Amino acid sequence: MAETEEAVRCTAVTKEFGTGGTVRALDAVDLTLRAGEFFSLLGPSGSGKTTLLRLIAGFERPTRGRIELAGRDVTALAPHRRDVHTVFQDYALFPHMTVEQNVAYALTVRGVRKPERTARAREALATVRLDGFAARRPDALSGGQRQRVALARALVDRPAVLLLDEPLGALDLRLRQEMQTELKELQRTTGITFLLVTHDQEEALTMSDRVAVVSDGRIEQTGPPLEVYERPATAFVAGFVGTTNLLRGEAAVRVVGRPGAYSIRPERIRLADPADAPPLDGERTVTGRIADIVHAGAHTRFTIALPHGDRLTVHRQNLAELPPTARPEAEIRLVWDEKDAFPVPG
Amino acid sequence: MRRAGAGGGAGGARLRLAALLGPPLLWLTLAYLGSLAVLLLSAFWTTDSFTSDVVRTWNTDNIQELLTTPVYRTIALRTLAIAVAVTLLDALLALPMAFCMARVASPRWRRPLLVAVLTPLWASYLVKAYAWRVMLSEDGVVNSLLSPLGLHGPGYGTPAVVLVLAYLWLPYMILPVYAALERLPERTLEASADLGAGTWRTLRSVVLPAVRPALFAGSVFTFSLSLGDYITVQIVGGKTQLLGNAIASQVTLDLPMAAALSAVPVVLIVCYLAAVRRAGALDAL
Repeated sequence: MAETEEAVRCTAVTKEFGTGGTVRALDAVDLTLRAGEFFSLLGPSGSGKTTLLRLIAGFERPTRGRIELAGRDVTALAPHRRDVHTVFQDYALFPHMTVEQNVAYALTVRGVRKPERTARAREALATVRLDGFAARRPDALSGGQRQRVALARALVDRPAVLLLDEPLGALDLRLRQEMQTELKELQRTTGITFLLVTHDQEEALTMSDRVAVVSDGRIEQTGPPLEVYERPATAFVAGFVGTTNLLRGEAAVRVVGRPGAYSIRPERIRLADPADAPPLDGERTVTGRIADIVHAGAHTRFTIALPHGDRLTVHRQNLAELPPTARPEAEIRLVWDEKDAFPVPG
Repeated sequence: MRRAGAGGGAGGARLRLAALLGPPLLWLTLAYLGSLAVLLLSAFWTTDSFTSDVVRTWNTDNIQELLTTPVYRTIALRTLAIAVAVTLLDALLALPMAFCMARVASPRWRRPLLVAVLTPLWASYLVKAYAWRVMLSEDGVVNSLLSPLGLHGPGYGTPAVVLVLAYLWLPYMILPVYAALERLPERTLEASADLGAGTWRTLRSVVLPAVRPALFAGSVFTFSLSLGDYITVQIVGGKTQLLGNAIASQVTLDLPMAAALSAVPVVLIVCYLAAVRRAGALDAL
């Protein structure tokens, strides 16, 4: 891929906080964002993903390493000299300005004249469906509306990269799902590179072209969402992205039939009657006892207790009603394709 | 029945509220506003020039004398100018100091700095004024510090009055500005930089609007305290006369005239408060 098609490149970026570098937030992180992609940094809180975002924005300087934007070294550049805008978690709107003044701020600062400024601010507000809110103050808006103002403000002068720091964290579920669709749509139509920081794996999986899973200041795996979900590179990724059954050591030998560490997704395990015919070639089966049943709407979550105290979680899509035999304490047979027991290092 | 019960409850609450607010309101109207009203009323009385007794006959001689005598106009304008100068000087000093305290200093240093700003308020006003008198004297600290640079201190006079008053009232300006700056979220400043604003632009477009109400709030103190002061000017003012001095010297001779004179700062402060209110600064108090 050509140099110019890289929007962001981080090379061996390390960030230490505290006197003498007592806390290492990022440990020699390498990351490359292609121009025009929707990229997510997914990780638990405290994993360093927000620190990485702040380094790219320029609010912090890396202790070691190099940050490039579109092939240009910006490691020591102040935030206002980078062609990057941020949508903050708490939106950080200017309380003393109207919505329109907020949105036009990047243009005002650059000395764009008022008629053009107003026109472009209105245009940006229209893209986030906030026409007619121009004269309001931020404190007269709902959370979702503030979120849109923050988006419009960051998009008004078409930065090369848009950084989004948990932008949907403060919204309720419905609004969040609505905004996920809108964000994705906005990214597609503008063609701007989006870097989203989130701890919500569903958010990362549904919106992104590529995902990087971050843990303890390191990137564990980078790849398209499906690949990260289907072929987790480490046990951490397997456990953090979606739910999974992690089996290692003795348990792996007992359940999977081989030594090592394996991940089996709960939805890949089929429930069957113990009296049913033996499994086909390439299938693995164990029998156990239903320990718990949780109805979760579209699917039902079974906890199956196996002999020797092993436990497996099984998700069954509620395509039809549960058979009457599926009740706690019932004997049950579990079947899965041997390929679905995916080996995970670590 | 429920409605009657609710009404009785509201009545009880109203009674309790009246009992709670009654005494302080009575104090405010009688002792505070009442004395002010009597003062302003007495401006329209006169004095027997022979016995110096107050004669309670209604006339506007004092007001006319006040408005037509050039000396009074000069004193009033000088007082106003000094109050404005003190306020501006305090605002200029308080902004960077409060910014350092709230934004630059580490949280560990914030409290000691705040205490350092507040401590002078606990020392006696007179002690501080006399300390400045000593410092500003011909062979005082100020002159000995400035002489190597070929400069000379202000000595006693109007500049010294501005300087000392600005020193005395500075904490009243720093505190509200510091509070406003501390409340300003770091993210807002970052957002400004993120959107392309340099340091000065952020100061002008984000920080200053955020502290403007606090500056006005602080200026209410510095302005009105300066208007009423008459002791500092006696200590470091040389021959300078302010409204306060005129009032003080008239109190024993001609009380109604003193009352008329003291109406001037009251009117000025009311005008100032009205202007500040229009700027929306009192919402923050």
